[in-house]
Amino acid sequence: MVVAANKSAVGRAPTAKAPARAAAKSPARRSDRMAAVPEFTKAEELDAYRRMLEIRRFEEKAGQLYGMGLIGGFCHLYIGQEAVVVGMQAALKQGDQVITGYRDHGHMLACGMDPKGVMAELTGRRGGYSKGKGGSMHMFSTEKGFFGGHGIVGAQVSLGTGLAFANHYRDNGNVTLAYFGDGAANQGQVYESFNMAELWKLPVVYIIENNKYAMGTAVNRASAQTDFSKRGSSFNIPGEQVDGMDVRAVKAAGERAVEFARSGKGPYILEMLTYRYRGHSMSDPAKYRSKEEVQKMRTEHDPIEQVRNRLLEKKWATEEELKAIDAELRDQMNAAADFASADPEPDPSELYTDILR
Amino acid sequence: MPTEVLMPALSPTMEKGNLAKWLKKEGDQVRSGDVIAEIETDKATMEVEAIDEGTLGKILVPEGTQDVAVNTPIAVILAEGEDASAVSASRPQAAESAPPVAAAPMEPSPVAASAPATPAVVNSAVAAPPQPETVPEPDVPEGTEFVSQTMREALRDAMAEEMRRDGDVFVMGEEVAEYQGAYKITQGLLQEFGARRVIDTPITEHGFAGVGVGAAMAGLKPIVEFMTFNFAMQAIDQIINSAAKTLYMSGGQITSSIVFRGPNGAAARVAAQHSQDYTSWYSHIPGLKVVAPYTAADAKGLLKSAIRDPNPIIFLENEILYGHSSPVPKLDDFTVPIGKAKIARPGKDVTLVAWSIGMNYALKAAEELSKLGIEAEVIDLRTIRPMDVPAIVASVQKTGRCVTVEEGWHQSGVGAEIVAQLMEKAFDYLDAPVLRVTGKDVPMPYAANLEKLALPSVQDVIDAARAVTYR
Repeated sequence: MVVAANKSAVGRAPTAKAPARAAAKSPARRSDRMAAVPEFTKAEELDAYRRMLEIRRFEEKAGQLYGMGLIGGFCHLYIGQEAVVVGMQAALKQGDQVITGYRDHGHMLACGMDPKGVMAELTGRRGGYSKGKGGSMHMFSTEKGFFGGHGIVGAQVSLGTGLAFANHYRDNGNVTLAYFGDGAANQGQVYESFNMAELWKLPVVYIIENNKYAMGTAVNRASAQTDFSKRGSSFNIPGEQVDGMDVRAVKAAGERAVEFARSGKGPYILEMLTYRYRGHSMSDPAKYRSKEEVQKMRTEHDPIEQVRNRLLEKKWATEEELKAIDAELRDQMNAAADFASADPEPDPSELYTDILR
Repeated sequence: MPTEVLMPALSPTMEKGNLAKWLKKEGDQVRSGDVIAEIETDKATMEVEAIDEGTLGKILVPEGTQDVAVNTPIAVILAEGEDASAVSASRPQAAESAPPVAAAPMEPSPVAASAPATPAVVNSAVAAPPQPETVPEPDVPEGTEFVSQTMREALRDAMAEEMRRDGDVFVMGEEVAEYQGAYKITQGLLQEFGARRVIDTPITEHGFAGVGVGAAMAGLKPIVEFMTFNFAMQAIDQIINSAAKTLYMSGGQITSSIVFRGPNGAAARVAAQHSQDYTSWYSHIPGLKVVAPYTAADAKGLLKSAIRDPNPIIFLENEILYGHSSPVPKLDDFTVPIGKAKIARPGKDVTLVAWSIGMNYALKAAEELSKLGIEAEVIDLRTIRPMDVPAIVASVQKTGRCVTVEEGWHQSGVGAEIVAQLMEKAFDYLDAPVLRVTGKDVPMPYAANLEKLALPSVQDVIDAARAVTYR
């Protein structure tokens, strides 16, 4: 059953062959094109719960530190979108790479980066991943396969294509995940990259995190084609829409896409239909959408609540056990915040280091 | 009246070419549009068409002749009733002469060529490149043999040698592979290294610059060729925001060992959008190194160093210099250190600081100044960032006077930086204000006379040097 579902979901037919007809479909029928969702095992559910909650608790703590003046500048929180990175990461293997834009804290934690190092970078301290010189939008860990953290909207798409180029050049079997948002999806270099990636059959999965708003501009106010899974169709890049609030759907789609890229067939596009609960950055007027809309997503589609409910329904975990996980994560984030508050700022001599090697 | 067929120019910067083949022989009837000969340069091949009817009366330049100057008569077409003897035997054989300067009025003569019969426009300042006096590189052992190479060949050899040395080095860009390079800099690389390492890109500068930087972040060593740096403006975000800043933003984790190279600045007669000098733009950026060689040897040695360097390098070439030959040391592994200027001509009265094509003006001016009793010391900066300020200061401490020479604009130009450095570091040694010779503060015009006015001239340099020496 899963195999059959996968087959219909691999998007060459709907994207490349019949774009006109597909475009005429009403948004309500979008879900027809999504694959059936395979069930998770108990271990997978518990793992997803912990990883998503880790990101949420981290981001909540970051929001608090921002309010206390410990974090400066821009700080883009990932709350609501956790299922995307957690599901995708489950499809990767050692040596694969991840690159994203400025809303990057979730991606870093999903890659296995230490919350202390990420938080200390947010506070601009020497123990941060970039020694305090990068900040929220510019962090890296080559050890964990995380290549940023890029502040220029869309730049990471060309850079990620270059990482995939290197994999292809070295024939090392590794795949690159290049994440970007519905806003970046309108940048010219995205399509320049699509063209080269398909032309050279590069092992890259483009993940468009469609959270419905580019800053404050709703998708339908900025995009002539709001079905982003079709954005590769003129390059013959297959694409599919995925329920980005359901970690099981994300993982299944991620496995299909990563396998496609790894087997030498070239790039693949996954449009993750997701939602951010918080503002674009910390100072967001929230005038462009209603409180009811946000509330509806939180209560009906929250990625963590969905897993929690299944765990309880199937009696794979008790309330107490889930609370214990939560408590452990809260402790971890408190420790990260303490570290990030107490760690010294970079030594002044760091001003002139790391400019040239 | 017999019609002369002149050696055509394949491009505005072509000065001479080879007459590869005659496809018609003397006495053959030719009609308008007939291909009568093939000419070639190191860059391209072109067919020469007749534009007049008649008889190919006399072939003036036999096939196989090398280095025939543009506009040299190569054959004569006779109209009906005319005789080959009508062709004067005393015709000047112009093969040795330089092509006419565009500003000089041209006799309207029928030119048999398939390309527009534009004369090669070459500024008088650059027609015959003056050579710097040979100041040996510290790394070149005494007695080393030198071979004459064009800058084009030297650049290609540098890439080929580094690609043989390191499998992580590859070259990508528009027309670098099958076309053999828009300016033939990558000639032969595809044949030696294959399509995996010599990669034709779509016309998509922003995208392929980003792909190059991404590949560099993964540890490869890309050479990204821009057909010209004018087009790199499309890619400048990736060069600056991604390549130059990421080492710093990552706290030293992510390096970008990448070379962005291609011709920079004015070529000839390509107008404002294809003639900009970007030297000062890139020299502004911490995290980049900016190199701009003048001689073939420096081009080779510096490009090899640039490819090995773990940082992003902007390697600014010059189209007019590509065809110029100069001695290159015959060594297995000749490199020139980045960041070191050299004294191209020693002198005591005034320091001229230049680089790349600016050296043409500076060296020629130095020759003229010498006739006036002014001995100019010419410094070839070679690397613009990091700038060898100590070399400039040391020279100015000796001469007390300085003139900078560049084709770029004056405001926030490289000369402005040199002036400021001298104010800070050599103020007490200066006997006159430092003057800048730069391109005029206008977009590059197309018209030949205006273009000549827009660029610096040898006379500008002479005038500035006389002004600062009060002579």
